[in-house]
Parts: sequence; structure tokens; C-alpha cells
Amino acid sequence: MSLPGVGLVKGLVVTMRNMTRRSVTAHYPDALPELPPRSRGVIALIEENCTSCMLCAKECPAWCIYIDSHKEVEPPDPDNPEGRDRSRNVLDRFAIDFSICMYCSICIEVCPFDALHWSPEFEYAELDIRELTHEKERLREWMWTVPAPAALDESAAPAKEIAVAEKAAELSEGE
Amino acid sequence: MPELWEVTLRLAVVLGAFLVLPLLVGQVEHKAMAHMQSRVGPMYAGGFHGWAQLVADGVKFVQKEDIVPAAADRHVFKLAPAVALLPYLVAMIAIPIGPGLVGQDLDIGIFFVLAVMGVGVIGPLMGGWSSANKFSLLGGIRVAAQLVAYELPFVLAAASVVMAAGTLSLTGIVMAWTPWWLLWQAPAAFVFFVAGLAELRRPPFDIPIADAELVFGPYTEYGGLRFALFILAEYAGIVVLSALTAVLFLGGWHGPFEDQMGWVWTLAKTGLVAFVVIWVRVAYPRLREDQLQRLAWQGLVPLVLFQLAITAVGVVMMQ
Repeated sequence: MSLPGVGLVKGLVVTMRNMTRRSVTAHYPDALPELPPRSRGVIALIEENCTSCMLCAKECPAWCIYIDSHKEVEPPDPDNPEGRDRSRNVLDRFAIDFSICMYCSICIEVCPFDALHWSPEFEYAELDIRELTHEKERLREWMWTVPAPAALDESAAPAKEIAVAEKAAELSEGE
Repeated sequence: MPELWEVTLRLAVVLGAFLVLPLLVGQVEHKAMAHMQSRVGPMYAGGFHGWAQLVADGVKFVQKEDIVPAAADRHVFKLAPAVALLPYLVAMIAIPIGPGLVGQDLDIGIFFVLAVMGVGVIGPLMGGWSSANKFSLLGGIRVAAQLVAYELPFVLAAASVVMAAGTLSLTGIVMAWTPWWLLWQAPAAFVFFVAGLAELRRPPFDIPIADAELVFGPYTEYGGLRFALFILAEYAGIVVLSALTAVLFLGGWHGPFEDQMGWVWTLAKTGLVAFVVIWVRVAYPRLREDQLQRLAWQGLVPLVLFQLAITAVGVVMMQ
């Protein structure tokens, strides 16, 4: 059984206590936000890694990735008598329309060659919607802003790639 | 001739206070409410913590188009903001902040101030009636219902102080005040403050303007400068109510060093009450229309009648 009016007093106490504490407002344009690791700001592309396999463009639920490529035939190695012509995909255009992109990250996960990466940069608003289609040069520039992968948790299992590399090293030592 | 100068000077000071204090209260509301809600409020206007936000708002309001709805009662519609605002200016003239520091010392000061404050409520009522808008009309009728319900406890609470002091003069009431009144007149002070809040339609008693359901009630059709005048009237009303509460119940200029800095005490007490007005707004949700009426008729009126009895007994005993 509580006294009548206790709730009213509690309301006043809560608001007053809030007033004496620091506000939680993020002063964004004046102070940049501290983004969590793996923030999805913008997608960066390492053009060198891309084989124009089209997996990302096919998996994209929003159909916002545009890829044009053509095949080039390279002559065989002149030192190798049994060599044959090799064909290779050359990327002509790689563009992501960020006005359609829904930041689902599927393209990045599906890429077998680690050509796509998340960058935490988010300040790329434009006055014209067409400017939101980033061509491959611009996507390459975002790559400089991609942070190093976050460190693993303590006592977490090491990455598979490390185990593979160590095994290869042991094999070469044993030879 | 010097008398004319003195009157002019006093009125100029009152006008200055009327133009500055409501903005000060508004700015404090912006910032205090923000921090109570863990925000920071305006930060940019004027450079330092948004001190010029209300100046910027005023400039914006002035630039807006002056619209009168086609079906509105033009003259009443245009007059309403002035009727809402001016009574508080007139009321301020009669409120003393120190011995002799008053726009015009009236023998029936409290009677005058309460009567004039009652007129202030007519403004929204006119606005609600003349707007030719059903939301405005509903809001206007709620304003009227609120006025009828809360004017009675408001006046009775003031009457309790008048009985205790034995005078209708505001200066005389402060002169008769003793710290013992803080206890003796506490219920009256509470009723006066709550009923005053309701008369000003301040949250939690803002059901007539309830922006979420009545889209600002009587103010729905107003825009630009006329809307700004209504809002200014609300803050001028807070200043008048706070000053009156300070003068009637908190002892006005009584306090340490009252001979030199009595007016500072009055202003400090006024500021304190104004802060409570803001604080209450942040802490409490809006009362429903039936809860509002019940609070007035079943809560405040019996309480203030009880207070009147206590005051009467006290006055007789002390003679």
C-alpha cells in the first residue's frame, strides 16, 4: 500500500535526475559518430580481384549492381611449346546504384574473390539521384576507407585460412 | 510633469519585462525540457547553446503569410490573438516586485489582476468559435469548460490570502506576509498554482489544444504572426501566474537583505515557480477531459473551501 501521489513525486524525481545527467544526444555534424565494427556504410570494390563472375549481380535482391565485361584472348606463353590461347574476362563497367541498394551485404558475402568490402563511410548524399550510382573508379576509392578486419575474440578458434596456410608451410618444410 | 515622466518610465519597464520575460521562460523551457528528456535542445541559433532560438522563431513567424479562412468570422478571428495576449500585459502593470516597484499600485490589485486574467481566456474561445473549423470549435468549447471549472478554485484560493492579509492590495498582501503563511496557506498555494496552470492550458491541462487529437484546438487555423501571439500569450501567462504565486504565497520580496535586493527575491521566486511550470509539463501526461473536470470539482474546490475555513479560523484566533 503506497501513499496516494507517490507516482506524481516519482515523475518529478525522474525528470529532475535526467536533467542533472549528461544528455545522450549525438552532436553529429560537429562530432563524428563512433561506429561499431563492421558498420555498413558504403560498398568498396577491389577491381583487381574481380573476375566479373556476376555472382554478386545475380544474388543482389535489389538488382542494383551493373556489370559489363568482355573476353580477351591472350596468346600462349612463347616459351611453352604446348601452350594454348587463354581467354580472360576484362571488366568494363562495375557500378552500384546506392539509391536502390538495401545494404543487405549479400553481394559481399557471395563474392568468392573478396573483391567487395564494407566501408563505414556514410557521407555520400547527393542532390541528384543519378549521382548515387557509383562507378568502379569511385568504388575503388572507397577501398582506402575499409578498416582492417576486427580482431578475433580471446580464445576464439583461429581463422580457417591460417590453418590452411600453416599446413602448407609444414608440408613444404617436410620436403 | 515629473509625474508624467515617472508613469512613462514605469510603463516602459513593464513593457520591457513583458517583451523579455516570456521569451526567457520560453528559452528555459526549450533547454530544461530538453535536458530532462536527455536531449540538448537548440544548439545553433545565436552561436552559444542556441540562445537566439526564439528570436529566430519570431523572425520566421513574421515572414509567414497571414491567412484567414474563407468561412471564418474575419473580425473576431483577427482580434482573438490580441484578446489572448494583452490581458497579461495589463495584469503585469499591477504586480509589484518590490515596495513601490510596481507599474501602478492599485488598492484592489488582486481583484484587478484576477479579472484581467479571466479575460485572457476569452481569446482562445473567440479563436475557436470564429475559425469555422470543427476541431477549433471543440477546442474552444473545452477552453470554456476549463475556464468555468478552474476560475472558481483560482479565485477562492486568492480570496483565502486576501482574508489572511485583510487587504485587496497586492503590495499590502506582501507586507502582511509572514513565513508562517507557507504552512498555513499551503493548500491555497497548491490550488492557486494548479488552477492557474489549467487556466493557461499548460500541460498536463492542455486538453483544449491537444495537438495529437484536436490539432491544436482553437489555434488550428492560425499561422504566422497571429499564431506566434497566441504562443507568446501562453508564456506571458506563465510569467504572470508565477509572479502572482510568488507575490501572494511565497512572500514576494521578503528574504535576506530585502531592503537592498527585495526585487531580486521577487524575480528569483517568480523564476522558481516558472521552472516548476516547465517541470510539471515534462513530468506528467495530459489529463483527459473528464479527469480534468473531476480534479477541479471534486478535488480543488473542496480543498480550497476547506482552506477558506482554516484561514477564517486562523484570522479570528490571531486577532
